[in-house]
Amino acid sequence: MERVDAYPTHEYQGFKLRPGKPFPFGATFVPGGVNFSIYSSHATSCTLVLFNKGEAQPKVEIPFAHEFRIGDVFAMIVFDLDYENIEYGYRMEGPFDPQQGHRFDASKILMDPYAKAISGRDVWGKPPDWEDIYPYRSLLVFDDFDWNDDRPLGTPMEDLVIYEMHVRSFTRHPSSGVKFPGTFAGIRQKIPYLKELGVNCIELMPIYEFDEFENSHVSSETGETLMNYWGYSTVGFFAPKSGLAATGKLGMQVDELKALVKELHRNGIEVFLDVVFNHTAEGNEKGPYISFKGIDNKTYYMLTPEGYYFNFSGTGNTLNCNNPVVRNIVLDCLRYWASEYHIDGFRFDLASILGRDPSGYPLSNPPLLESLAFDPILAKCKLIAEAWDAGGLYQVGSFPAYGRWAEWNGKFRDGLRKFLKGEPGLVRDMAQRLQGSPDLYASRGPTASINFITCHDGFTLYDLVAYNDKHNEANGEGNQDGANDNNSWNCGWEGPSTDPGINSVRTRQMKNAAAILLTSQGVPMILMGDEVARTQNGNNNTYCQDNKLNWLDWDLMNSQSELFRFYQNVIKFRLAHPIFRNRWHLSNQDRVGSGYPDISWHGTQAWNPDWSDSSRLLAFMLNGKQARGGMVEDDDIYVAMNMHWDSHWFELPKLPEGKHWYIFTNTGATSPEDVWEIDHEPILDDQNGILLGDRSVVILVGKYSK
Amino acid sequence: MAFSVTSKMLKNGTAEISLFGELDASVANEFKVAVEKAATEKAKRVVLNMKDLEFMSSAGLRVLVFAKQKMGSDVDIYVIAAQDAVRDTIQMTGFDRSVIMQDEFSAI
Repeated sequence: MERVDAYPTHEYQGFKLRPGKPFPFGATFVPGGVNFSIYSSHATSCTLVLFNKGEAQPKVEIPFAHEFRIGDVFAMIVFDLDYENIEYGYRMEGPFDPQQGHRFDASKILMDPYAKAISGRDVWGKPPDWEDIYPYRSLLVFDDFDWNDDRPLGTPMEDLVIYEMHVRSFTRHPSSGVKFPGTFAGIRQKIPYLKELGVNCIELMPIYEFDEFENSHVSSETGETLMNYWGYSTVGFFAPKSGLAATGKLGMQVDELKALVKELHRNGIEVFLDVVFNHTAEGNEKGPYISFKGIDNKTYYMLTPEGYYFNFSGTGNTLNCNNPVVRNIVLDCLRYWASEYHIDGFRFDLASILGRDPSGYPLSNPPLLESLAFDPILAKCKLIAEAWDAGGLYQVGSFPAYGRWAEWNGKFRDGLRKFLKGEPGLVRDMAQRLQGSPDLYASRGPTASINFITCHDGFTLYDLVAYNDKHNEANGEGNQDGANDNNSWNCGWEGPSTDPGINSVRTRQMKNAAAILLTSQGVPMILMGDEVARTQNGNNNTYCQDNKLNWLDWDLMNSQSELFRFYQNVIKFRLAHPIFRNRWHLSNQDRVGSGYPDISWHGTQAWNPDWSDSSRLLAFMLNGKQARGGMVEDDDIYVAMNMHWDSHWFELPKLPEGKHWYIFTNTGATSPEDVWEIDHEPILDDQNGILLGDRSVVILVGKYSK
Repeated sequence: MAFSVTSKMLKNGTAEISLFGELDASVANEFKVAVEKAATEKAKRVVLNMKDLEFMSSAGLRVLVFAKQKMGSDVDIYVIAAQDAVRDTIQMTGFDRSVIMQDEFSAI
């Protein structure tokens, strides 16, 4: 069938045109040509600018005639374009009146905010042409992809074990041995490793187009070039970063990332994206024009009454997320990743900004967050909020959730770190954290709590047990950057040590952290490399380090095989026991007549925990008959945590007739007896109690003897 | 080198298609036509000789998927002697799942 709108109706300088369709926004293939659609509430006119790929000057500039506008949308079809050799952009005319919020400048060529791929930073770290009149160029993209029957996995939230990684860091180190280091394709080669470790979800730090050269400068300390390495600064919301793709220089990053998602899904691993909607790379009035600033500054940014930029992100500007137009582009963006890339979930950086109104006031019912929570395309996506911002809003436990949003539980991180350190009086707090923080999420269940002890912000797990203080001199900011409240403890020496005693405590502390994290109710998140004691040499803010401080050293698999084995077994243990993975909070009562509450608390004496302010030890028992509210039967589990510097004997609660305690983990024991494989746990010699060494965690399984 | 494609049908039902030069959106249709011919002639397998193919763009990759879909799941598509850059591209973008890549053809 030949469409009646498949033919040109206008011509301009040899280019055949037709009035376009507003939907979808961006550049879309239509029969015979490309439909270009862009909107602006305040522009007076718009021109489409076309380049031959890589050329310095445009090949043509086609104004949007009056008949090519519907409402605030400029839409036009251009026929017979050489798709793979075109770069496009826009010039917008309008008032330049900063106090009114307008910064139109027709001398700038602007990138399409809906660009599905962008050129200009094709190869990571390759210096661009700084004189380029149009540095980030929108590309035309084939969005067809052979997914076969792939779809988002739909793994229940409570069953996830999340692994937070940076794409480049994961395989860039020379030791990685992959063919395409530091790229999406590189991750594919390491999928067997992820399966061996046992995680079933990876959370990728920013993968949309960002400028690694933003704020780049040579470090006065090391002479190295510092980059915008982490990428928390969006250039293009719809485009995967070309510099993170092996095929970036060929413009095939879209296919490469889709191929990665497809392969991960085939291996049962979900993919989450870290998304940054709180600010853009355009900075404030001194920053560059990339897109929004020249397309519709007043709409997209939160501005003060004088026309300056509000800075709730700490980075220069703040996206005006609850403006209806901006709300739509955020929604379009997430829908695009969910439907076109089959992404399983999103983690929102500085999410509290998404709940502020255009003047910066926190809203109790933010329209954007509500839209996201109820959107049909996003309905099965996991939504995770980093529930604070840089403007003083801290919403852990109070983020507007609409029953859908989970949160990075900063209280879990702080509580566990202090407990691990041996600070007294943490046991009451720990009791809440171990149960999935009912004090914060009573109406929501444990799956609202993303439990973590480390993430990209702050120390790695090894550094948490090797440094009391941060050492960020390599960042060139006089060690002033990065958090000061690390709640870390160096086990007796600052930094690397050859003392076997100190190293043994450090290894044990890391195992303690892993054991407690993975037996807590809620959703555990592990930082890339913690399973092999990755170190950043005490730098707790490596946002700018494109080097071995960030790159995962795969040789650690050999030197840290004991720790890796520990993680591997505990992850497997968690995934084998549904009792750890409840959707509802434990009641602390006996609801099925088993004779035991679903969770009970103990100390050195069974049934008598020490809740005092000087207490540094706690134990809990989970009743197997009440796993998942009694819907499945699991083994009984007993976890004892001694964070004191002395050994203590823990009296064990009695099990029902016919059941015995088997030992799964004792972090105080020497490997390979620190952890056992599931179904091969040895029976505990003395069923009445167990001696926990100083700073140790023990996990026992109560089951019927064979 | 300019793009060209030759094809022949062997007696055992193998369609042999050889690609030369640079394959991009402007010439991808010629490749597609050769695949369609193989489908019309009910080829039992398709062997793509890529020894002399210097470059394959996104559009070219899509003809590989088109070939798989057009020929059906019973027909194997072989990519023979792809040059390094072309082989890498096919692997990096995940299109290697649609085809069997070999240095020399040997039927599976």
